[in-house]
Amino acid sequence: MSNRTLPVNIQGNHACALGAVAAGCRFYAGYPITPSSEVAERMSAELPKVGGIFIQMEDEIGSMGAIIGASMGGSKVMTATSGPGFSLKQENIGYAAMTETPCVVVNVMRGGPSTGMPTRPAQGDVMQARWGTHGDHPAIVLVPSSVKEVFDETVRAFNLAETLRTPVILLIDEVVGHLVETIALPKASELDLVDRKWADGPKKGFQPFAVTDDMVPPMPRPGDGYRAHFTGLTHDESGFPTQKPEKVAQAVGRILDKLERHRDLIESYEALQTDDAELLVVAYGITGRSARKAVAMARDKGLKAGLLRPITLWPFPEAALKEATKNARHVLVPEMNAGQLCYEVERICGTERIARLNRFDGEAISPAHILEKIEELA
Amino acid sequence: MAVAESVDNFEINDYLRLEMMPHFLCPGCGHGIAMRALLWAVHELGIDKNKLAIVSGIGCSGRMGAYVDANTFHVTHGRPLAFATGLALARPDLEVVVITGDGDALAIGGNHLIHACRRNLRMTCLLLNNEVYGMTGGQVSPTTSENRLTTTTPAGNLEPVFDACKLAEAAGAGLVGREVTLQTPTLKDLIKEGLAYPGFAFIEVISDCTEIFGRKNDLGNSPEMILSQKKSMRPDSYGTVVDEPFRPNSLPTGVLARNDRPEYGETYRNFAKSKQGRAK
Ligand SMILES: Cc1ncc(C[n+]2csc(CCOP(=O)(O)OP(=O)(O)O)c2C)c(N)n1
Ligand code: SF4
Ligand SMILES: [Mg+2]
Repeated sequence: MSNRTLPVNIQGNHACALGAVAAGCRFYAGYPITPSSEVAERMSAELPKVGGIFIQMEDEIGSMGAIIGASMGGSKVMTATSGPGFSLKQENIGYAAMTETPCVVVNVMRGGPSTGMPTRPAQGDVMQARWGTHGDHPAIVLVPSSVKEVFDETVRAFNLAETLRTPVILLIDEVVGHLVETIALPKASELDLVDRKWADGPKKGFQPFAVTDDMVPPMPRPGDGYRAHFTGLTHDESGFPTQKPEKVAQAVGRILDKLERHRDLIESYEALQTDDAELLVVAYGITGRSARKAVAMARDKGLKAGLLRPITLWPFPEAALKEATKNARHVLVPEMNAGQLCYEVERICGTERIARLNRFDGEAISPAHILEKIEELA
Repeated sequence: MAVAESVDNFEINDYLRLEMMPHFLCPGCGHGIAMRALLWAVHELGIDKNKLAIVSGIGCSGRMGAYVDANTFHVTHGRPLAFATGLALARPDLEVVVITGDGDALAIGGNHLIHACRRNLRMTCLLLNNEVYGMTGGQVSPTTSENRLTTTTPAGNLEPVFDACKLAEAAGAGLVGREVTLQTPTLKDLIKEGLAYPGFAFIEVISDCTEIFGRKNDLGNSPEMILSQKKSMRPDSYGTVVDEPFRPNSLPTGVLARNDRPEYGETYRNFAKSKQGRAK
């Protein structure tokens, strides 16, 4: 790891793989799909070097199952995919949420629906990342917008997954995934890494899903003598199925609450010139970068524009948006989809001030395009 | 019974989560017998309960894991082999047993079964075949015999049946065997062979859904159903059976195929070691 301080030229997908290994990922299972395959390819080369395991499974459902199994065994785990594969993973993502099994799921977004446009960028999976699996479930979704941020957010994804015992989804768009940038990789010693809390107390009477102060119960590791039960059925503190209304409400309530409680840890965003902004742009991923440039161009023209770029999409940084829109007459939400995050922005800011800029033709949204819209609104 | 207990000293309660009793199986369900055979085999091999990991799918068969005093993982429908693949690769020190059903392993999870056999990762897969979707109320399954009545084949099953053991053998499973619940000690011995096998062991257990499938087809009470297994058994070795695409009327039992070859986990670990050597 010591030779990793020199700047390197790498693409986003490789930065994701290197971030994962640096974060302690030691198990990867995946199924090839454009535009995410470079993550798997890099993991297949990196993991054996550090004593980890790479496996190409028979499909995305199996990949998701395999990483959960390995995580239950004690490994830090990841899988990567794109739209069609992300759809297939949904049932098991819910299982990871329900059994509170840490895992990182990367979705390098391409054009959809269906097979869509495998090699073209899109941001069409924003709502699926939040609501893809059935039932009321917690969701942490991170969306980096540069190669360096891919590395950093991958590390953070692992830390959040381990801290909160929950699946974390990393949404990368095709542009960022394939973008090559020069970044300085941090030394291993510079990274703050978190390992999940393992159960180490008395074995007798151990409650694997006890309600603890932080809402995150310590996880029993197989072989350590706890002989715990995991199930996707709604379970009480003992881990065994229950249908008692008060126990069900407590169990589902807790896995939702644990994210609310740790919002400060989860939420991340970039706020740029928001203090006096009369027009706020809310954009993420590669669109967030175009928006940053567009806001600078607007300022040069004397327009009071600002940018809120959520890095955590879910749970959405609500307080930050309220703060940033204090003086805003317009809130512009450019997205590479037919309009998804705009609904969350509308929920927080009301519909009157919202303007949309949508593109779902396989092309990224340029700074000039956003500037044009800013000028139109101003 | 007393004699048997003193000979093998097996006390099933030592392996059960007694706080989970009463269990949810219908009276006379064959799955319970399969469970007993598994725990008996675990006992005779002296497997440490702390190292025993049971991964099960969804179905009456999949519910079995919850009653075993071990590390138990009740996963999603059809996927226990995929979860077990991750667990066994990450934790080669564990004794991984998969419990699955005919719907779980052969319909929704068929792809995982094929590839688990092909990889030959060390684990034992018990397929509890009761010819029906028990848990969901008795719908047709890939192993329902022709003409049998189920809740989704009101005129009798029109689809042909397939042979899980032939599938497993063709896909490369290290050890393939089949036994009926009627022969519990023989089943126990077969499971022991599976547990001791240094690769992927696939064991089909001919079980019975007495309450739903049995009633629907007038197959008699539970003892009658279990005794009727005698009629469909065939002790011949698998090799002598004329090759047929679908399940023959009488089933060969015992060890049906062996394909001794490298265990995948070890192969991968050796490869990884060679990479670590080079990095230094
Ligand atoms: C994805 C999904 N589809 C369907 C179901 C409903 N389901 C539960 S058990 C089952 C069939 C179980 O049959 P089998 O595997 O033969 O087990 P048995 O109950 O007979 O032991 C089905 C279809 C489910 N739980 N999940
Ligand atoms: S429904 Fe059938 S398979 Fe399920 S417990 Fe009852 S008898 Fe057994
Ligand atoms: Mg069945």
